[in-house]
Amino acid sequence: MRGRIAALVSLAVVAGVLCVLPFLISDYNVSLVARVGIFFIAVLGLDILTGYTGQISIGHGAFMAIGGYTTAVLSRDHDTNLVVTMLVAFAICFVVGFLVGLPALRLSGAYLALVTFALAVSVPLLPLKWSSFLGGRDGVQTSHEVSNLWLYVVAWAASAILFVLAWLILRGRVGRAFRAVRDSEIAAVASGIELPVYKTLAFGISAAYAGVAGSLFVLANNGFAAPDEFAVVLSLQILIGAAVAGLGSLWGVLAGAAFVGLLPSVSSSVPVIGSAHGQDVVFGAAVILVMLVLPDGFAGLLARIRRLARA
Amino acid sequence: MVTAATSRIEGLRNGAAVPVVSLVLIACAAGLLVGSLRSATFAQLTVQGLALGAVYGILALALVLVYRATRVINFAQGELAMATTYIAYQLIQWGLSYWEAFAATLAIALVLGTVLELTLIRPVLHRSAIAAVIVTVGLFVLIDGIVNWIWGGDFKSMPSPFGTKIYHVGGVSISRLYIGMFVVVIIAALLVWVLFRFTKLGLGMRAAALRPAEAALVGVRVDWMLAVGWGLAALLGAVAGLMAEPSQFFLEPTLMQPILVYAFAAAVLGGLDSPAGALIGGLAIGVSLNLVVQYVPAISSELQEPFAFAVIIAVLLLKPSGLFGHREVRRV
Repeated sequence: MRGRIAALVSLAVVAGVLCVLPFLISDYNVSLVARVGIFFIAVLGLDILTGYTGQISIGHGAFMAIGGYTTAVLSRDHDTNLVVTMLVAFAICFVVGFLVGLPALRLSGAYLALVTFALAVSVPLLPLKWSSFLGGRDGVQTSHEVSNLWLYVVAWAASAILFVLAWLILRGRVGRAFRAVRDSEIAAVASGIELPVYKTLAFGISAAYAGVAGSLFVLANNGFAAPDEFAVVLSLQILIGAAVAGLGSLWGVLAGAAFVGLLPSVSSSVPVIGSAHGQDVVFGAAVILVMLVLPDGFAGLLARIRRLARA
Repeated sequence: MVTAATSRIEGLRNGAAVPVVSLVLIACAAGLLVGSLRSATFAQLTVQGLALGAVYGILALALVLVYRATRVINFAQGELAMATTYIAYQLIQWGLSYWEAFAATLAIALVLGTVLELTLIRPVLHRSAIAAVIVTVGLFVLIDGIVNWIWGGDFKSMPSPFGTKIYHVGGVSISRLYIGMFVVVIIAALLVWVLFRFTKLGLGMRAAALRPAEAALVGVRVDWMLAVGWGLAALLGAVAGLMAEPSQFFLEPTLMQPILVYAFAAAVLGGLDSPAGALIGGLAIGVSLNLVVQYVPAISSELQEPFAFAVIIAVLLLKPSGLFGHREVRRV
């Protein structure tokens, strides 16, 4: 009971701070915090797949690319409402993720990592082939751009909705099944859990989250979708965000998203990490350090602090 | 764990499968030969494909050695190869000749790979497959950042190791570069084979990779063997990087990224735990990429990586153990 109250309080604090924040900070910083919201969605989605279901994916940038191009193309050709395009991206990526989950049924661990990595490399190249529809190297431009405040509100509203959705999915029967698959596939099957159903479902949900994040990612990029924006490093960054986040903690996902979303924007006045490639060094070093020192990520750190405080 | 009995059964099954695979490969080779005799373009593409495929194959061999030793797929293998190529570039800038720099780079790569395993991979190895993969992904980003930081992202050029001479054989022009690439890779692969087959170190490494508990019981330093395995893989990666550089004509930080994808496809095609399979898979991927891009209109050069991806998916769905790999047996 006490745990639940604490969780509700921290949720309320986060929501309250996010509501007040845009009135206090500059327009540029609003765009940065919106960016954190976008990565929050992507990292949350990957956490459902990797953290809860135990299936690794190095290919979530590919789903973000699909979501982003969905928004850009719909907006360019039909001038569709941008929020509607995000729903479409959610649906399309759910189906694509489900389909990617099908071969994943026969694969695990190292092989799954390989396939999803190849997916991350391959998908951004497709626009180059079908360049008349997908814009080739020049990319696709949405019919109109959005303000930073619009982006902030929509990104965090979507984050809130998807967070509640994830909580609803994970607290009940489905979430228990996911965790059982992660802990032991054999034991899960023996308990009557249908592996094909839950593995593909986890892939679908996770990809759908990445799709929404991709839509917002394109809007944050002045409504411009291009292959270079979705290079393989994006997939790696989301995985790094999930590793930093750890498992099953709102604060963890926030920390992971902030790490991935803010680091590239650190002002160039800061020595070392401000330089163009110093950031990559910090990214790589930080994730290796986290894996060596804090195997359960930020969430694990919080749990450890809580235990210490109680003792 | 695979028991002796099941592995013997597996061995028999593989024994039956290998002739079929060999027949298919011989048929493919015959097809390439006939095609090459009929068309000069086809012959040229085949020779070029074999040279590039050798590079994919040697990087795939590095991946396979790491996978056999530690059951980890090293996503940083390509970036490591790229970084060691930059080290060779720097040594040449400091006045070493190409082949002096080549030898020095291989030694540096051996040490680097060993140290990386000892410091970064060892601690997470027994935790979970995901943890080790994330560390190699971190290493990917880290190495990329360091190289960009030190040398910048612009093109660098290195002296050509084999000159620019072109041989003409009956209407087919073959660059000396491609022959050189092919020969260097084959020599490297043969030396690795000799190491594993005929030396005590190689025997220890095989024992440590395949039967760690039993190897430890008879006095093999298993942890050292695994670390040296990583070092050896980094060395082979350096060979791949140094041979890939002249074929791309310049050095840039993204040199090995597409090649890593082809090497993945090669390793999966040959079987992730089969060194010979990795090399043959590399040659097959190299040749088929070259021919497919030229002769299949639907697959243009932009679709090379997606083609490799399709190969990976197809192999994993149809024959997950690849052409020469062992089927994974799990006991409950």
